[in-house]
Amino acid sequence: METINEVIEIKAEQTTSQFPLQGTEGVEVTGSVAVLEALIAEGVTAIFGYPGGAIMPIYDALYDYETKLNHILVRHEQGGIHAAQGFARASGKTGVVFATSGPGATNLVTGLADAMIDSTPIVCITGQVFAHLLGTDAFQETDVINITTPITKWNYQVTDANEIPSVLAKAFYIAGSGRPGPVLIDITKNAQLQLFDYKGYTKCEHVRSYRPKPIIRKEFVEEAAALINAAKKPFVIFGQGVILGKAEKEFADFIEKANLPAAWTIMGMSAIPTDHPLGVGMLGMHGNYGPNVLTNECDVLIAVGMRFDDRVTGRLDKYAKQAKVIHLDIDPSEIDKNVKTTVPVWGDCKETLPMLTELLHRNDHSPWLQKFADYAKEEETTCITPELNPTSEALTMGEVIKTLNELTEGNAIIVTDVGQHQMVACRYAKYNNSKSNVTSGGLGTMGFALPAAIGAKYGAPETTVVAVIGDGGVQMTIQELGTIMQTGVDVKIMILNNQFLGMVRQWQELFMEKRYSFTNIQSPDFVKVAAAYNIDGQRISERTELKTALKHMLDHEGSYLLEVMVGKENNVFPMVPQGCSVSEIRLK
Amino acid sequence: MNKSEYTITVYTENQIGLLNRIAIIFSRRKINVDSLNTSPTEVESVHRFTIVINETEDVVRKLCRQIEKQVDVLKAFYNTEDEIVWQEMGLYKVPTDEVAEKVKVERLLRQYGARAVVIRKDYTVFETTGHREETDGLIKALEPYGLIEFVRSARIAVIKDSSGFHEKLKSYELSTPGDELVENEFLNQQDEVFTM
Repeated sequence: METINEVIEIKAEQTTSQFPLQGTEGVEVTGSVAVLEALIAEGVTAIFGYPGGAIMPIYDALYDYETKLNHILVRHEQGGIHAAQGFARASGKTGVVFATSGPGATNLVTGLADAMIDSTPIVCITGQVFAHLLGTDAFQETDVINITTPITKWNYQVTDANEIPSVLAKAFYIAGSGRPGPVLIDITKNAQLQLFDYKGYTKCEHVRSYRPKPIIRKEFVEEAAALINAAKKPFVIFGQGVILGKAEKEFADFIEKANLPAAWTIMGMSAIPTDHPLGVGMLGMHGNYGPNVLTNECDVLIAVGMRFDDRVTGRLDKYAKQAKVIHLDIDPSEIDKNVKTTVPVWGDCKETLPMLTELLHRNDHSPWLQKFADYAKEEETTCITPELNPTSEALTMGEVIKTLNELTEGNAIIVTDVGQHQMVACRYAKYNNSKSNVTSGGLGTMGFALPAAIGAKYGAPETTVVAVIGDGGVQMTIQELGTIMQTGVDVKIMILNNQFLGMVRQWQELFMEKRYSFTNIQSPDFVKVAAAYNIDGQRISERTELKTALKHMLDHEGSYLLEVMVGKENNVFPMVPQGCSVSEIRLK
Repeated sequence: MNKSEYTITVYTENQIGLLNRIAIIFSRRKINVDSLNTSPTEVESVHRFTIVINETEDVVRKLCRQIEKQVDVLKAFYNTEDEIVWQEMGLYKVPTDEVAEKVKVERLLRQYGARAVVIRKDYTVFETTGHREETDGLIKALEPYGLIEFVRSARIAVIKDSSGFHEKLKSYELSTPGDELVENEFLNQQDEVFTM
């Protein structure tokens, strides 16, 4: 029997190029080759993966695709999927992950849940045992499809190679269209090995039972415009929908036409530059004072591409009850899910925003905007100045971010982990460009930042990528330092070490009488660990060293780890305590 | 808001695993599913689910939107009891001598409109179609006479306000035919040797 290479050699004489295969009739290829051809056709530039028994045929085929597909070997499949998320967030393209069956696939679960709740487009391809062994508790067999059903937008198991081109086309279409999300394709080993008649790859444009974009109802757009035009205190709140819809320009035009104040969620941050004159700050549990309090004073609340997460709304029975709510969203199931809307505007915001802008009257809401400025001033004195210009001996997280901003000038991508440092970084980071704030919002996965920063650098190779991580989170996925070592990728890692699981400690201090139950975490010497991975680094704890050390980190050729020792028991304020309304936001 | 009985009708593609996708939307919220029926529609590639739960209208509306969000779901409807026409089937297995000897049993069965499905020397199986109270009533009535086995089917229902459903389904299938269902054909091939 001819080997696949002999078959391809013969065909090479007939076609102009060997790889990628053109849609010639009657080429016999294995399922594995079809998978890789599909990825090339979809324009995939980075695959994060980890091999294993059940996915070996695909990896064997990958060996011949070195110049056409870029595969990055990670150290843990969770690192792989977080990297794919970082890639997707920074580039706007779909992330791709390879993992083997059994433990490989189950290691993807956290990342899939994270991508699902934060609407990140990812396609995961997992190997699976031979089809005839399904259900027999074979070696490294797990029921991946049923484990991942609640956390994927769509998943499918392929047992026959003939299905591979159409299933992968459908997977990429579903992952990237409408409200994006993770898709998992489980391919049994026999399907990977099976030879079949390859008829070329066609992208999927339509799935009959799936409507990615709801039909826009003009009456609702007109009703919304009328409400906004008549409003005395209109307030726009926006989330990641603006970035996912690639509607940053349309959104800026929209708020600028009628001079509407706009506040962002942590996922929507950077859709407009942080210093935009109409940008009034961040919403949420640790957001800015003005946006939170004035939500309960506005008369028209316009929500664009955000889902009224409980971290943003606080108590729902005391959230914007006085306002007429206009909700622009591509997902009909989000409208009226948490907050009752007056006017639902279903549709892709890239299309609905221009329609709305056209009907808006030019307006001026200076006195209303001034109210935001007044609250900002109060927040400045009580919370911001002590954080950014402290008088304490120990460094604060805020001043580190402030110094970082001065050096990056707002042009870097900042990838944060989860915890106090995440809140501080999101509050104080400066961004000029969209897709610059990469963080785990909905799921709050610790260990997200290090691998996601690697992925973000592959997604935006020309941009400086800085990972801001806490001492707890970095230890969850620290093995990805190995990926940095092997690939030489340039990621700046900044560990803000307060020697505690800070966010939990803060809650224990405020609500549990300082009973620090298992939040004092001991860490290794991170600089020594980095050195073991051939990554340069240093540790600082003095204010005088801060700027030089940060500059050294940013200017350094290649990855660098900077550990900054910060105040041990600092708290993040303002804060909307759980179970409170946004009006009850605490400044200290 | 008060909880009441709602019947949810879902049209879906015929795909393996879709039953699980729909079931978890309920189990995720710890909602008990009273009855679940899934069967092919008049069009081969489209399936119809009929799900009965007891919840408030607010919850049911949100559930239906989440069900429609699934890629393989075509449409989901929810209706209260008076907006549908529904039936449930029941099968009763009783000893034949009881039926043969006791006139009372005979009269009971005739009263409840039970039809004999199978008559054997030792047992007879009857079938009724109707509403919950009627089926339950017959069980209670038959018990003293020695009911051997009973099974109740899931509810199936047609919506009163469903003009155009059939035409829509047919034209839908004509305009975009459904994908072929691919099952695991290798389950009986355990004895074959696969390498690598």
